[in-house]
Amino acid sequence: MRQFGYERPEYAADAVALAERPEVRYLAGGTNLVDLMKLGVETPDLLVDVSALPYEFVQEDLDGLVRIGAGVRNSDLAAHALIRSRYPVLAQAVLAGASGQLRNMATVGGNLLQRTRCVYFQDVSKPCNKRMPGSGCPARKGDHHNLAILGASDQCIATNPSDMAVALTALDAVVHVQDHAGPHEVPLAELYRLPGSDPQRETTLAPGALITAVDLPTLPFARRSRYRKARERASYSFAIGSVAAALDVEGDVVRDVRLAFGAVAPVPWRARTAEAALVGGPVNEEAFRAAAEAELAAAEPLRDNAYKVPLITNLVVRTLAELAAGS
Amino acid sequence: MRLTFDVNGVGQQADDVWPGESLLYVLRERMGLPGTKNACEQGECGSCSVYLDGTLVCACLVAAPQAQGRAVRTVEGLATDSAGGLDHIQQAFVETGAVQCGFCTPGLIMATDDLLANTPTPSDAEIREALAGNLCRCTGYEKILDAVRLAASRRTEVTP
Repeated sequence: MRQFGYERPEYAADAVALAERPEVRYLAGGTNLVDLMKLGVETPDLLVDVSALPYEFVQEDLDGLVRIGAGVRNSDLAAHALIRSRYPVLAQAVLAGASGQLRNMATVGGNLLQRTRCVYFQDVSKPCNKRMPGSGCPARKGDHHNLAILGASDQCIATNPSDMAVALTALDAVVHVQDHAGPHEVPLAELYRLPGSDPQRETTLAPGALITAVDLPTLPFARRSRYRKARERASYSFAIGSVAAALDVEGDVVRDVRLAFGAVAPVPWRARTAEAALVGGPVNEEAFRAAAEAELAAAEPLRDNAYKVPLITNLVVRTLAELAAGS
Repeated sequence: MRLTFDVNGVGQQADDVWPGESLLYVLRERMGLPGTKNACEQGECGSCSVYLDGTLVCACLVAAPQAQGRAVRTVEGLATDSAGGLDHIQQAFVETGAVQCGFCTPGLIMATDDLLANTPTPSDAEIREALAGNLCRCTGYEKILDAVRLAASRRTEVTP
């Protein structure tokens, strides 16, 4: 690992001032960044440790909005009574990721900005348009069994690896950011960028921007929500496909629904086409399947990842059926 | 930089630490505590599991300066209250044959200690999930599960 400096400021403004240069990285749990530094993928000359900043809170305001500090550890978030009761999809998604040790370290802010696990991105001896713009993408003809079927470009087919962000996307979370222009808010759906012709730009954040908190809007029917994750072993593995869903049923009609997919796109994929197909329709497996298929009509599978289309379809059907049954 | 922290209940100091050192490196190379193992260095194998302020973490991913002023407990610190040299989890691993090459053992014992502190009578599913972050390439895990069950049964006897 190459030499770097270390600062641990106590105020967000100081952190942001230190981090405007592109060679600087924020350090929180370190579960992704430190690993990438050891691999030589990340080579910062300064780490700004944000763990002294006052962002380890989960609180509710008078309107019922829940605010999660960016420094909250994954374990604490998943165990929090407010999250477990009102947003079970979020608690389940967090618990579905990594191991106990890593969830004890990893933070909300770091989780949102973790990097893809595409093997070519993580191997500095290989070309990668995301890591080294213009160098090429071996994944398209190489190892892509867990890469994107939606939202990719000819430059990059990497997937966003987060479970938590899939649940937050379904819940319409809003991200609080502080940068050189001051504090502001960004809907999570506008935080992430599709790769297009410049896959090295993964977010709309300004240089040095610091995520300080995440808001969960009031969504009463999210008490009936669920995260379902398929992976290649029973635990401690990244998703090969996942679904975050919340369902509001009145009689035998879908009154409202939130649906997002993980491990299929460069961003947590909000399934708005499927949501539109479901709302006002019947509560049965045929309707759930048709909605999933409508969303996945835009999929562009490659040689080894076409399995994700039926996988996601089946995950959607099973998850919505379980929610409809109240289980 | 100078690092001051608490290791297994004793105040410690290390000088000329550079930020690229991990807590794991400091424990093994500067504190003379090789019980915590260095295997993958990527947070994937759990061999370096230690308590940091009472929370189980992978020491390989903790930057040394992040341990400043904090309390670390390693596998060497588990048995300090017992006269026989091993605590009940370590004893259970020995008795059930849960140790083969032994490289993963300290991390698994720390993870088991954390599990039983929070869940004194875990189900098999809870044991498997709690140990998911600790890889063993020798045992096939069956003897490890036996060890955890044995340790849990004894713990229940000791603290009803």
